[in-house]
Amino acid sequence: MNAIKKFLGIVWMLLGPVIILFLFMQASDKIAVAAEGIARTNTTLQWSIIILIFIPICAGLVIFGFYAWKGEYDKLPES
Amino acid sequence: MTADKNVTQNITQVIAASSLGTLIEWYDFYIFGSLAVIIGQQLFPSDAGASALINTLAIFAAGFIVRPFGALVFGRLGDLIGRKYTFLLTLVLMGGSTFLIGLIPSYSSIGYAAPILVLILRLIQGLALGGEYGGAATYVAEHAPVGRRGFFTSWIQTTATLGLFLSLGVIVLTKNLLGAEDFASWGWRIPFLVSILLVVVSIYIRMKMHESPVFTKLKAEGKVSANPLKESFQKRANFKMVLLALFGATMGQGVIWYTGQFYAQSFLENTCKLDFNESRYILLWAILFATPFFVVFGSWSDKVGRKWIMLTGMLLGVLCYRPIYQYFLDATNVKEMQKTALKSTSEPVVERGLVKDKLDSLITTTVVKTLDNGITFRESNVVILPDDILAPVPEPQTVIKDVTLSGQTYITVILLVFFQVLLVTMVYGPIAAFLVELFPTQIRYTSMSLPYHIGNGVFGGLVPFIATLVASFSGSTPLSGLWYPIGIATLSFIIGAIYIDNRIDKTVMD
Repeated sequence: MNAIKKFLGIVWMLLGPVIILFLFMQASDKIAVAAEGIARTNTTLQWSIIILIFIPICAGLVIFGFYAWKGEYDKLPES
Repeated sequence: MTADKNVTQNITQVIAASSLGTLIEWYDFYIFGSLAVIIGQQLFPSDAGASALINTLAIFAAGFIVRPFGALVFGRLGDLIGRKYTFLLTLVLMGGSTFLIGLIPSYSSIGYAAPILVLILRLIQGLALGGEYGGAATYVAEHAPVGRRGFFTSWIQTTATLGLFLSLGVIVLTKNLLGAEDFASWGWRIPFLVSILLVVVSIYIRMKMHESPVFTKLKAEGKVSANPLKESFQKRANFKMVLLALFGATMGQGVIWYTGQFYAQSFLENTCKLDFNESRYILLWAILFATPFFVVFGSWSDKVGRKWIMLTGMLLGVLCYRPIYQYFLDATNVKEMQKTALKSTSEPVVERGLVKDKLDSLITTTVVKTLDNGITFRESNVVILPDDILAPVPEPQTVIKDVTLSGQTYITVILLVFFQVLLVTMVYGPIAAFLVELFPTQIRYTSMSLPYHIGNGVFGGLVPFIATLVASFSGSTPLSGLWYPIGIATLSFIIGAIYIDNRIDKTVMD
């Protein structure tokens, strides 16, 4: 189980930047559509809020992955 | 025997006083979401359409986004000066800001100052709630006897759902008393204004409460943390548990909570075009029958552990959401059903007017249709005749609204929403005990509040906003919005299943 925890740690470290990249791509795509007047939703403001919120959360996921990879969760502390 | 009785009496008073205040804070917080459509019409230009709803949901979401900051500010205070005074302060802030939202003039009176003022008050609400929940859960847990922490804290867990129940109940009651027109015009303010009375009662009760015995002991021994924020987030041993709580539990719990209790109602009203009251009655019934299960699962977690109850709730959500929402769509697809099962059509009512800010004529013909299975709905044909007689006449638009269900379909929809709320009770019932047990007393308020409010507030609170946004993408289907909660719950389930221990701590006196 500890090996799986460590291996998945690498996955979480990669997942953080991938999510941010995905959000940026979605934002540029959808805001462009909105700018052409096709949709009144998907504005720059709406997408900025989403990206601004998820950047620190994804950074947290990377740190979580790093801790997992380092074996910090192999044995959790007893009370 | 007498000592046991005293402990039970004491804890009952603690739970009652804590829960009432927390319930009122959730009520204050949720009336905004429950009235999103009407508030959107009041705060934004009348021709804003879907963007008004999405912008209102964004303001609603803003309250959730600042909750983690409230958790940091008030969590720190709670770990420094005590639990009691901190969550007394949050109650005053919440009550005051809710009352003031009820007094904000509409867009037609003060323009964009209206949404800006509401946004500021909504942020204060979010900060207050961020400080409230962690305090109440910690306070009750630190009073609870060994081996019954899950049971006692589960009462606090019922307050969020009961706050939502109360908000829906007050809204439906006010609307029924005033009528739809007055309610949309000014009556929507009443649920906000009523809050001040509830808050005053709750403040009175909370003033009489004593400080948590665990915190009092810590203070007497001079062991109160000098800098809870630093200890929580700069010490690796604590910070790694904050991250584990967030990604392995609260993140998944948040999206299950808001999908089952908010998105379900929003979907039924806005996508399935159910009548305003009907969509709320369905949720009210579901909540009424499901709420006792918070205590059932909280209590059960004292025996079998917290982990697998919470994770089972997440997994069931991941597997069942799409079939459930597909059923909602199929059961309310009156456009198709009327082709083969139209029973009767009422006399048409024709309304004539002008398109806003134009001279084009607007003719709306409305009929009420009844199907063989008892479903009724209102169908309006909207025709626009341009002022310029040479201009092309646009295609008539058919608008369906106010769908009311009946018989088996109505009961099935209630059962499916009940099932979703049941999943909420599984993920949410044991989570306060789970979080309290993860962190030591000195930094408990701060440490448990942050992952809870990022998980529940940010991930969960964004469900209506993100799901509605995703469903508005070109090429998306009405079910596309569900990918957000399904994706987050899947990730949280995997992390929780692999990294979390299924432990029950005997003591929180550390």
